[in-house]
Amino acid sequence: MILGIDTSLGTAVAAITRDGEVLADEQSANPLGHAEVIGDLLRRATSAAPAPTHVAIGMGPGPFTGLRVGIATARVYALGRGVPVVPVPSHDGIALGILLADALIDVETPRFAVVTDARRREFAYSVYDGIDDDGLPVRVSDAALSPRDDLDGRLAELGAARVDATSVSAAMISLAAARALDAGRTLAGPEPLYLRSPDVVAAHAPKRVSG
Amino acid sequence: MHAPLVLGIETSCDETGIGIVRGRQLLSNTIASSMDEHARYGGVVPEVAARAHLEALQPSIDAALAEAGVTLADLDAVAVTSGPGLAGALMVGVGAAKGLAVALDKPLYAVNHLVGHIAADILDADAGELEYPTVALLVSGGHTSLLLVRDLTSDVELLGETMDDAAGEAFDKVARLLKLPYPGGPEIDRAAASGDPTAIRFPRGLSRASDMASHRYDFSFSGLKTAVARWVEQHEAAGEPVPVADVAASFREAVVDVLVTKALDACERHGVPRLLLGGGVIANKRLRDVALERAAAAGVAVRIPPLRLCTDNGAMIAALAAELIASGRRPSTLAFGADSTLPVTEIQVAEDPDAEPPAPHFGAAA
Ligand SMILES: [Zn+2]
Repeated sequence: MILGIDTSLGTAVAAITRDGEVLADEQSANPLGHAEVIGDLLRRATSAAPAPTHVAIGMGPGPFTGLRVGIATARVYALGRGVPVVPVPSHDGIALGILLADALIDVETPRFAVVTDARRREFAYSVYDGIDDDGLPVRVSDAALSPRDDLDGRLAELGAARVDATSVSAAMISLAAARALDAGRTLAGPEPLYLRSPDVVAAHAPKRVSG
Repeated sequence: MHAPLVLGIETSCDETGIGIVRGRQLLSNTIASSMDEHARYGGVVPEVAARAHLEALQPSIDAALAEAGVTLADLDAVAVTSGPGLAGALMVGVGAAKGLAVALDKPLYAVNHLVGHIAADILDADAGELEYPTVALLVSGGHTSLLLVRDLTSDVELLGETMDDAAGEAFDKVARLLKLPYPGGPEIDRAAASGDPTAIRFPRGLSRASDMASHRYDFSFSGLKTAVARWVEQHEAAGEPVPVADVAASFREAVVDVLVTKALDACERHGVPRLLLGGGVIANKRLRDVALERAAAAGVAVRIPPLRLCTDNGAMIAALAAELIASGRRPSTLAFGADSTLPVTEIQVAEDPDAEPPAPHFGAAA
């Protein structure tokens, strides 16, 4: 059983069996309030799936403050249960959902970019092209930032159709983790996909106060 | 009968604190600080602090358990700071605490950081029972508050707080004016050692007779900082060397004077001959010395927890939860968030009316 948590867009907690049956799929549509809702969503999901063997974590990209809530919850939940975590790029979960939905209706998915809001007049995007033998989306370019006005030009160059996403399914994060585990692959490093250094200005000289 | 074993998580500012207590017995006070990462910015950068919390959580919990010689399965409850503090930093701790409480199926207590500073005192095994009521002066880089504590778990009143900068922040800003490194407290202290605290009469904020009606117990340090800046600039403009030691000593004296004067005034006006000091700025020896000397003259007994418990830490959060449990308080719901401006009257957040009261086998914390 795999528990999945993602707070890169909204708050999502799900649990699936190792072969992909969804046992719980909890969502909060509110794009904010991650810290407020995550505990109850987690408790509901784990009451349907009380003994996960792994905890899949959506590592972003996403607005930092909310993203961290899910990662903190997932890491410490896993610590409490004594089970390993499986980091997953959140865009991989979104891409997997798109590819599986198309496959279900027998539609070939053209090369596409998952696009999410990155604040500060920027988008985060990752480009995918089909699904591989492990059942995982083929990521042809890792998550990156683009100024909003430049994105369409960039995607045209990459030959990728634009797919804007406003939510992430934690079940898809869990499924990507299950398939990565089956294939012995690692999808993301242990660090959140911040894509941006901490927003800071270096210490400057104190301002004069007298005329 | 045993006192509850509680793990406390504190992430309100730049220290990731994991504490473990058994009732009033301190088992671990593990602190990971991101202070060095903030040094180049001259102050705490919220995003830097929040990232550091996320990285420090797991190793700090492991270290605290190892030091306490307990396992997660032994815990009776989890406690966490809900506020006040930096919202993004607080949320890391709130998420972690909820993850742990759900994983262990243990009660969760969401508590007030400032009241936690008072609870630090009860972990001092050598100090004897904390008597009520007491006035508490809490001074750090994030807060400057004067409280009247009638009961740790049920009755804490805010008498006053800073209207602008916290005292610790003022030390950092004046250190920068004097071209001293961050954090400013110890640097100002070092510079002040050879200085004359009476050399320059810097203003005492909100201490005029006209301030007494509405701001008797409030603090303001931004005017003081500006006065120091103006004094330094005038000397530089006149081509005179800035006597850093005298400026540092005189600035520190102004801060210490206003803190101690208002705290002892609160003791007198409320007829409370007890003063508890807490917060990281209590590490400042001049503040402790002046407080002890003037309190003795006023017949006020001063309590100062060990310095490791004065700075932000998880043990004080665990200790406050252990006291809440001992007094029969039910755990919090899972539905609370981070509240960056949580008022001090909210000692516990989101107590769940439907929850079971604490297990009867938890004896009084002892
Ligand atoms: Zn504090």
